[in-house]
Amino acid sequence: MSDPRWSKSGDVASRDRSAASAYATDDARLALAAGARPRRFGAWYVAEHRLRVMWSYAQTIISTGFGEPLVYLYAMGVGLATLVDRNLDAGGVGYLVFVAPALLCSAGLTAAMIEFSYPVMVGYKWNPTFSGMHAGPIRPGQIVDGLVISVVIRLAATMVVYYAFMVLFGAVPSPTGWIAIPVAVLTGMAFGTLLMAYASTIREDTGQLAMVQRLVVLPLTLFSGTFFPLTQLPWFLQWIGWISPLWHGTELSRVATFGYAEPIWLTAVHVVVLVAMTAVGWLWSRRIAVRRLTA
Amino acid sequence: MTLVDHAAEHRTGRGGVAALYAGNARAVMYRGWRATRSTNWLVMMSGLFEPIFYLLSLGVGLGALVGTVTVDGREVEYAAYIAPALLAVAAMNGAIYDSTWNVFFKIRFAKLYEGMLATSLGPLDVALGEISLALLRGGLYAAGFMVVMQALGLALSWWALLAIPAVLLIAFGFASFGMAVTSYMKSFQQMDWINFVLLPMFLFSATFYPLSVYPEWLQVVIQALPLWHGVELVRGLTTGAVDPGMLWHVLYYAVMIAVGLVFTTKRLRALFLD
Amino acid sequence: MIVAQGLVKRYGAFAAVDGISFEVAPGESFGLLGPNGAGKSTTMRMVGAVSSRSGGELKILGLDPDRHGPDIRSQLGVVPQADNLDTELRVRENLLVYGRYFGLPRRVVAERADELLSFAQLEDRAAAKVDALSGGMKRRLTIARALINDPRILLLDEPTTGLDPQARHILWDRLFRLKEQGKTLVLTTHYMDEAEQLCDRIVVVDKGSIMAEGTPAELIRRYSSREVLELRFGSDRNHEVAQALQGRGDRIEVLPDRILVYTADGEQELERVSEAGLHPITSLVRRSSLEDVFLRLTGRSLIE
Repeated sequence: MSDPRWSKSGDVASRDRSAASAYATDDARLALAAGARPRRFGAWYVAEHRLRVMWSYAQTIISTGFGEPLVYLYAMGVGLATLVDRNLDAGGVGYLVFVAPALLCSAGLTAAMIEFSYPVMVGYKWNPTFSGMHAGPIRPGQIVDGLVISVVIRLAATMVVYYAFMVLFGAVPSPTGWIAIPVAVLTGMAFGTLLMAYASTIREDTGQLAMVQRLVVLPLTLFSGTFFPLTQLPWFLQWIGWISPLWHGTELSRVATFGYAEPIWLTAVHVVVLVAMTAVGWLWSRRIAVRRLTA
Repeated sequence: MTLVDHAAEHRTGRGGVAALYAGNARAVMYRGWRATRSTNWLVMMSGLFEPIFYLLSLGVGLGALVGTVTVDGREVEYAAYIAPALLAVAAMNGAIYDSTWNVFFKIRFAKLYEGMLATSLGPLDVALGEISLALLRGGLYAAGFMVVMQALGLALSWWALLAIPAVLLIAFGFASFGMAVTSYMKSFQQMDWINFVLLPMFLFSATFYPLSVYPEWLQVVIQALPLWHGVELVRGLTTGAVDPGMLWHVLYYAVMIAVGLVFTTKRLRALFLD
Repeated sequence: MIVAQGLVKRYGAFAAVDGISFEVAPGESFGLLGPNGAGKSTTMRMVGAVSSRSGGELKILGLDPDRHGPDIRSQLGVVPQADNLDTELRVRENLLVYGRYFGLPRRVVAERADELLSFAQLEDRAAAKVDALSGGMKRRLTIARALINDPRILLLDEPTTGLDPQARHILWDRLFRLKEQGKTLVLTTHYMDEAEQLCDRIVVVDKGSIMAEGTPAELIRRYSSREVLELRFGSDRNHEVAQALQGRGDRIEVLPDRILVYTADGEQELERVSEAGLHPITSLVRRSSLEDVFLRLTGRSLIE
C-alpha cells in the first residue's frame, strides 16, 4: 500500500517533488481561503457558543436578574433607609438614592465574577472546551475576546433590568441616570477580566475561587463606599476603596444618577482606573491563554 | 447493597432504628475531618472572616450614621444590634453550605455515601456524622466571632455565653433541614433555588434593621421563617434582653431538627439501601 | 499533505519528540504506533498546529503551522485523546456550535450536523445531554464533530483507548468508511490490532524517535517470524526453562509471565519442545503481530 513517491529514501521521492509542491499550493490556497472568516470573526463565534451555554441556564439568570434588584432595593433602600436617613449627609438625597447605584455596580461585579470564574475553570480544565475551539481555527486570544463579548452582553441585559427597578423605586432623580448602566458593566469588566486572568492560571482547584469570593469580593463590596460614604471608615481602611473597581464605579454612577458632588478630575480618575483595569485584565488573560493552549 | 440490610437485621433481630444506625457516626466525622484537613482548611478558616467583615463594615461605617437601635425598650449601639444577627447568619450559611452543596456533590458525583453504606454504617450514621461535622465547624466560627465581639466591646451580657449553644442549635436546624432538602435535589439548577430562598431571608429577617419597618403581612411571613427565630434568640442573649418567650424559638428549632433528620434518613435509605 | 523533517519538541531539557521525519500522502491512512509517553500525542499536537515546534521543519498542506495555524486548522478534523465535548450543551448543539467556529453559515452547519448524526448512528440522541452518552457514543460524537468542516485531514489521537470491544468495532467500521471515502487519516495508537485494521503505513515511535517504518505486513515480515509459540511454565520456572530452550526457533523472548519462541511453524516447534521433555502448563501458537515487532525493536511491551 505504501506509495513509493512518499517514502523518505531514494531518488524516487526527489523526482516527484514538483508533483508534491503542486499539491501543496492548491491545498494551501484552499486552507488560506477557509481560514479567512475564522481569523476575522472567531471571537464572535466563541461568544455565540457562550451565549448558547448561558441560555441553558437562562432560568437562573432571569430569576436572579429580576429577583435580586427587587430584594436588595427593598431591603436596603427602603428597610435600612429608615435607620440611616436621619443622619445621612449625601448632598440632600435619601438613602435609597444614595445606595441604589452602589447596589447596581455591586450586582455587575457579582455577575461578572460568576461568568469569569467558573466558565474559565471549566473551559481550561474540567470540560476543556477551549482546547476544542483551539483545535478548530480559533486562536487563543479570540477565545478570551469571545468570553469578554458574551459577558458584556449578559451584563448589559442584567444591568438594564436592574436599572429599570431603580427607576420604579424612584431611586434615579437625574436625567443622566442611564449612564450608570454602562458604568456598572464597566465595573464588572474591570474586576472580571482580572479575575479571568487569575482563574486562567489555576491548574489545580483547591478552593481558590471560594477564597477570592470571601477574601476579595466580599471586602470590596463592604468597604468600597457602597453602603455608606468611604469617609465614614477610619483612614487606614480607606485605601481599599481607592483600589476597588467597585468604589470607582459606584462614585461614577452616583454622579450620573443624582449629580453627586465631586471634583471633575476625580470623575476622570474613575473612568481611567476602570478602563485601565479592564485593559490590563483582558490583555493578561490573552497572554495566559496563548501560553496555556499552545504549550 | 442488600448485604447491609441483612447484616443490620442480624444485629438487631429485625429492622427498627438499629437498621439505620450503627452507632458509629464518628467514623463519618473522622473521614470528613481528614478530607478537610488535607484539601481546604484555608477555605474553611476563611469562613470565619465573612461575618467579621460584615461587622466591621456595617457596624463601624454604617453604625456612625445609624447611631442606636431600640431593642426591648433599650437603646443599643448599631454594631451590637447587628452582631448577633451576623452570628446567626454565619451559623446558617456554614450549616447550609456543608449540608447542601457539599452533600449534593457527595451524593450525585463522588458517590461517597454509596461506599459508606456498603460498610456496616447506616444512613443515620452518615446523616449524624455529616451534621456533627458541620456543627463542629459552626461552633468554631461562632467562638471566633464571639472573641471579636468581645474585643469590640459588643457582648454586653453574661447571657452571651449561652449564645454559643444557641448558635449550634441554629446550625443543627439548618444542617438537618438542608440535608433533607438536598437529598431530594437532582440537578445544579435546582440547587440554585436554595440560594434563592436564602438571600431574601438573610436580608429581611431583622438582620440589619427592626421588623417594624415592614407591613403587617410581611412581618408574619418573616416570623414563620427559621432565620428570624435564630436572630431573635441570639440577639436576646447577647444584648441581655432575655425572657421566657425565647423558648418558643428553641422549640421551633427542635421541631426543625427532628423533621430534617427523619426525612434525611428516610431519603438516604431510599436512595442507597432499597 | 504533511511533511515533517527532523521535528523536535523540547520541554526544558527533555525532548518529548526528538527528530522525527515522515510524510503523509493524500488519501493515505497513516499511523503512529508506540507506548504511552513515546511522543505520539506531542507529535499530533504539532501536526494539529496547536503546539509550536522547538526544531525541524513541518509543513501541513504546504503551510507552516507557526504562521498559518488558523488556516491549517480550518482544514483539519481533530479527535483528541480525551473527549472535550461541551457537556453544558446537547448532542446536536455541540455540532452546531463547532461548525460555527469554521465560519460556516448556520444553514450549512445544520444540514451537515444531521448528516453526521446519522453517520455516527446518533440520530435518536440528538437532543440528549452529552453526559448521558456512553463512552463509545461520545467518541462517535467527537468524530462527527471533527468532520463538521469536511476536513482534508482527520487527526485521531488514540481513538479507541478506554472503549469496550464492541464499541471499538463500531468505531473502526466508521473510520474505515471514512478511509474508503478517501479521507486522509493520521492516527496514534498503542493497539496493534487497531493499527493493523486501519493503517496503510505505520511508523513505530519510542522515546521520541522513529524506530521503523512500513506497512503492517512489511514490518512483521522484516522484524518478526511468521508465527509465535507462547509457552507458560509458571512464573518460577520460566527463567530456568528459557536456558534449555535457547537456540530454538529464530529467536526467543523471555517475558515475566511467558516465553515467546519466534518461528515459521509454531506447531512443529511445540512438538519439538515436548520431545525435549519440557511440558508447559499452557501453550499457544499464533501469528506474529505488531506487538512482536515492537518487542523486537525496543525490548519492551507495547502495553505495560
